[in-house]
Amino acid sequence: MKSEKITKLILIIASLVILLIFAGMAWAMIKGAYPAFQKFGFFGFLFSTEWNPTEGKEAYGAMPFIAGTVITSVLALIICFPLAFSTSLFIAEYFRKRRIAIILGTLVDLLAGVPSIVYGLWGFYTLRPLIASLGFQGQGYGIFTSGLILAIMIIPYATSISNEIITMVPNELKEAAYSLGATRLEVISSVIIPNSRSGLVAGYILALGRALGETMAVTMLIGNANIIPNGLFSPGNSMASVIANQFGEADGLKLSSLIAIGLLLFGVTAIVNAIGKIIIRKFA
Amino acid sequence: MDSKERIAEGENSNWRERKDKLFFGIVVILSFITISPIALILYKLIVKGYKQINLDFFFKVAPDTLQAMTAVRNGELLPGGIANGITGTLLMVAVASVIAIPLSILIGIFLYENQGKQYANLIRSLTDILQGVPSVVLGIIAYIWIVQGITKGFSALAGSVALAIMMLPLIIRSTEETLKMLPISIKEAGAALGVPYHKIILKVMIPSGFSGLMTGILLSISRVIGETAPLMLTTLGSTAINLNITKPTSAVPLQIWEFYNNPNMIDLVWSSSLFLLGFVLTLNIIAKRISNQFN
Amino acid sequence: MNENILQIQHPVLSISNLMIAYGKDKSAVRDVTADVKRNAITAIMGPSGCGKSTLLRAINRMHELYPNIQTTGDILLNGESIYKMSTTRLRRKIGMVFQRPNPFPTMSIYENVIAGYDLNGSKLKKGEKDAIVESSLHDVGLFEEVKDSLNKKGNFLSGGQQQRLCIARALAFKPEVILMDEPTSALDPLSTAKIEDLLVELKKQYTIVLVTHNMSQAARISDNAMFMYLGELVEYDKTKKMFTNPADSRTEGYLTGKFG
Repeated sequence: MKSEKITKLILIIASLVILLIFAGMAWAMIKGAYPAFQKFGFFGFLFSTEWNPTEGKEAYGAMPFIAGTVITSVLALIICFPLAFSTSLFIAEYFRKRRIAIILGTLVDLLAGVPSIVYGLWGFYTLRPLIASLGFQGQGYGIFTSGLILAIMIIPYATSISNEIITMVPNELKEAAYSLGATRLEVISSVIIPNSRSGLVAGYILALGRALGETMAVTMLIGNANIIPNGLFSPGNSMASVIANQFGEADGLKLSSLIAIGLLLFGVTAIVNAIGKIIIRKFA
Repeated sequence: MDSKERIAEGENSNWRERKDKLFFGIVVILSFITISPIALILYKLIVKGYKQINLDFFFKVAPDTLQAMTAVRNGELLPGGIANGITGTLLMVAVASVIAIPLSILIGIFLYENQGKQYANLIRSLTDILQGVPSVVLGIIAYIWIVQGITKGFSALAGSVALAIMMLPLIIRSTEETLKMLPISIKEAGAALGVPYHKIILKVMIPSGFSGLMTGILLSISRVIGETAPLMLTTLGSTAINLNITKPTSAVPLQIWEFYNNPNMIDLVWSSSLFLLGFVLTLNIIAKRISNQFN
Repeated sequence: MNENILQIQHPVLSISNLMIAYGKDKSAVRDVTADVKRNAITAIMGPSGCGKSTLLRAINRMHELYPNIQTTGDILLNGESIYKMSTTRLRRKIGMVFQRPNPFPTMSIYENVIAGYDLNGSKLKKGEKDAIVESSLHDVGLFEEVKDSLNKKGNFLSGGQQQRLCIARALAFKPEVILMDEPTSALDPLSTAKIEDLLVELKKQYTIVLVTHNMSQAARISDNAMFMYLGELVEYDKTKKMFTNPADSRTEGYLTGKFG
């Protein structure tokens, strides 16, 4: 009996580590970000578009990076949707359980395993010249190129969630529609999509959450210009990228501002993920 | 034919079938577009990277800029390799595993044992949130905790802590899911024999779910092994092999980043990326094999 | 007048040498030949795995939804081969009701009844739709029960009501034949009795083919009965005759409960 109590105690202590991590994260981030918020004000920091490290004239604001992150991620989601949704129809509906679907599924899984920096390299040496050659933007850097690589990176997540959701649509409903003379497309549009809508929405929200925090590939392609992007092919910068690029040599107020951006990024992704998880839990 | 049928039949039958086929065609085309990047990436890495992969690549440290420039000017293969990165990655992943694996298995067991309880649900939700935290943010956290707080400078330990926090939620959830899939009778059989609780866990449940746990562990390692951003903030990098966890250390992805930023070392970018991707994909495939056997 | 001659010339369904195999050598239906009589209930009985469901699904080609199916032989609907029709057209002429009630959960009761038309993209006027919905619900005896909640989702209905809704959905097209795959197996005895009464009523206008596990149900309501065993159509006769004086020893064995 005594050993049972000790075991349970050990398990509870282990679970406390999660609470401790969160407390430690909150403490570290808030303490680190505090000087920046104190100097510029929370909303001042949030909405300012200035990023000036010159000593004496130091001024930092998060808006260009928030804009870059949101625009690239939403663009990624828009590009990702038709590709991921088609792929999950292929795997979970048209060729369900057949060899070709299993092969395709495995390849999509492999796509999930590719490290961010490798995507960045491939984007830099393959996608970027391609986009430059289309003549939209001199060197091919910018919002569109970043959105495209992000789309490729989040496709595996969106696909695997859509697969699960589509598989959950009861077969008997699809059969009912077929028995009324519906074509496959009509079954998809009037049975599969309406019956899996909220789950699909949640899946794409979670994919969006992924895109928001992606760092390396975006860093290598977005152009790292600390401005609010003024077009699809404009260069810009993202929250994660500015942290990765400038953290190493930062101190003082700049370091604090970068931590503040990290805190905002953490908040945004946590909210987006929580919304996705709540919808998906209700669905299932 | 009565009137209703005529209305239903209409003239749209052909058009509907054509639309159906057209949509199917689009689905197939988009599906193949979706997976094309994996083929294109592998192709590019192999074509550009294979020639630098030799014994030196694994056993020598990265060349300095002068050596690289000379080699490029003479049209030779770049000297040196990524031994400092490989050892650094192994060191940091090992330390991260030592921290994360036992802890997350314990937490996974805790969640399994306390299904439906409010506190356990809270821990589960926090674990979910943790899984969504961007890796670069975990880099900031490890920087503040370890670089500023403990090692007073960039260190392998800080990198390991960042990676360990990334591994935690993956292993916790896979442990819980694996245990849930085990038949309850396994546990009851142990309990019926009067086996103490901790022994049921250690001797019955963990061995029964071993391959499931193994899959989760391998997948989590493959997730973190290619991480670059958190390491840029924590371990910085090193040109020499370093096995001291309180000192700056290199890692394969960090070296890729350095090679990428150095025009003379471009050939090493490809071979080290090929090596990293090969390693990650192999881990992934092994993990999948194990999990298929388990199911 | 013309139509009557056609009907005399052709049985509503005429199955000839039908063979269905899953994969290479798993045959599910072996060489079945049978004519189905108009305005009658034909029951298909047999132990599970005997191929009765596959045979039923072959009649509206639903079995083709699953991979690796090989079909040979032919089925004629009013003399026309179903393999020469598009599945969309065929399935409007042959309705189907499933084992478990499966109304579309995202649609209202009204939308469920008219779903066939909507799915097929036909543009009916509101008045025409209303008439179809009302008469179909009348035919299954559900109209009075749901007339005030036509625009609500059907999930508050009982299992029996849901199944009648599904029958109404199949009737909306005024099909030639209605296929029923153990339509009462998920229902309580009271709802089952109601559905059975409904089927007897419906056969005045429709031809019904009914797969059933339940021998007494077949005895109660069917006019003709098929007995299938291991994919083979062992016996096909008037129900009364089969139950009182089966020709084949396997049929007798099944009916007396020796296997099944």
